[in-house]
Amino acid sequence: MARVPVTEGVFTWPSAKPALIGSRCVKCGNHMFPVQSGCPKCTGDTTETVELGRRGTLWTWTVQGFPPKAPPYAGDADPKTFKAFGVGYVELPGELKIETRLTEADPEKLKIGMEMEMVIIPLCTDENGNEVVTFAFAPVA
Amino acid sequence: MTTEVAIVGIGMHEFGRTEGVSGMDQGVIAVRRACSDAGLSWEDMQFAFGGSMAAGAADTMVSLLGLTGLQFINVANGCATGGSALFSAYNTIRSGVFDLGIAIGFDKHERGAFRVNTKGSGLGDWYGASGLALTTQFFGMKINRYMHEYGITPSTLAKVSSKAFRNGSLNPMAWRRKPISEEEVANSPMLSYPLTQYMFCNPGEGGVALILCRADKAHLYTDKPVYLRAAAVRSRRFGSFEVLAPSIALEHNAGPTVDASKAAFEMAGIGPDDIDLAQLQDTEAGAEVMHMAENGFCEHGEQEWMIQAGETEIGGKFPVNTDGGCLANGEPIGASGLRQVYENVLQLRGDAGARQVPNNPKVAYTHVYGAPGISGVTILSR
Repeated sequence: MARVPVTEGVFTWPSAKPALIGSRCVKCGNHMFPVQSGCPKCTGDTTETVELGRRGTLWTWTVQGFPPKAPPYAGDADPKTFKAFGVGYVELPGELKIETRLTEADPEKLKIGMEMEMVIIPLCTDENGNEVVTFAFAPVA
Repeated sequence: MTTEVAIVGIGMHEFGRTEGVSGMDQGVIAVRRACSDAGLSWEDMQFAFGGSMAAGAADTMVSLLGLTGLQFINVANGCATGGSALFSAYNTIRSGVFDLGIAIGFDKHERGAFRVNTKGSGLGDWYGASGLALTTQFFGMKINRYMHEYGITPSTLAKVSSKAFRNGSLNPMAWRRKPISEEEVANSPMLSYPLTQYMFCNPGEGGVALILCRADKAHLYTDKPVYLRAAAVRSRRFGSFEVLAPSIALEHNAGPTVDASKAAFEMAGIGPDDIDLAQLQDTEAGAEVMHMAENGFCEHGEQEWMIQAGETEIGGKFPVNTDGGCLANGEPIGASGLRQVYENVLQLRGDAGARQVPNNPKVAYTHVYGAPGISGVTILSR
């Protein structure tokens, strides 16, 4: 069974150390995610594609406590088996804050400012039996 | 020299769930009620601005109201659709193009959390597929960060909701008219930490219409004119923290509410201390708390003691969301901003019944906020 990304171009895959793919404004250095062609900071119209940092700190978080509507959600939305998942913004130093799933969903274990690292997690199985994966951030042990 | 503008007619279709009545029909009923309130008929309307997010193109309602040939412009501006219709009507009269017209907002949404149109919002399919396309998450994350920075407690969030349902119980047009205690709010299911089920408003249905005219003609239609002193709409700047954002900048910007509020106060030539009551966007309990400071009514963090001391209750020093807000009325996107203005007109006329703010309030404020990072503010006075 192959592991396929939820979409191409959002994170490097396959990779031993997957990273998010963003843009950097060649004029002002502003970082963006996902990739885009123009800069919302300086209105510059030229950007270059860059790999973003894999570690950062938790800026804020919540826990998704009910099944999202499916579609668009591709994961398990069955109320009987749905498992709550963490969602947060992770601040990547010198770059930007990334909205992401978190591997931790226990409010007791999530703290603003804690160290986080990017990981790849399974999301669902597609019609060809491949495991579809997406990105998340996990607390650094 | 611009012309002053008055609101001389208000009409509303009950908020909530009305089986068998389309969103458009709820808008039509609101229009007829507004006309009746002003002693006018549809053929008196020289122009209309109207909008809905999910209930159809507003201008098609002319086939139900009468094909009078008036200028009718559809407005679609996310959560500020109603506010934008009012802004447009206000400036149409101020500029002298027309003397009298109407702003209309209505909507009817499916049950449950909003299903986000990721394509329409410029987001990739991966975003929704990964479980990130939920506006509820943004609200949980914004208030969680705010509580961390400014010491707001979960009890204060529960108090905001409990007040909303208590005020809603005094409002015959509200959806939720049963008081819910602070304990019940706190103990309801946790939807998006730290926000529980009863701390969130629900997408709903309803319609509102407001008739505006040149202030010097207001006495022809009402003996209690309410004057629109300011209407401002602002979008987000770089660095603001908004709903449905895959990333945000390291730099912090205070957001569109702060900008819209400042612009409105400048337009009206008054400040936050001059406001007697306010309707502030309360998509969830935390939003009301944060919007008190973002609109300039207190410093960040002061909400904690203000709300604990009951200052935002109807009988308090600064009543907020006297009609129960979005929490008790639900959120039909197109109508929501106009509902706030409707409530303020009632309050300034002294016609708010059981929920009337005491001591003859003179100046009232409304604020909407929503996707994709947009705010609308109005200031009304007697």
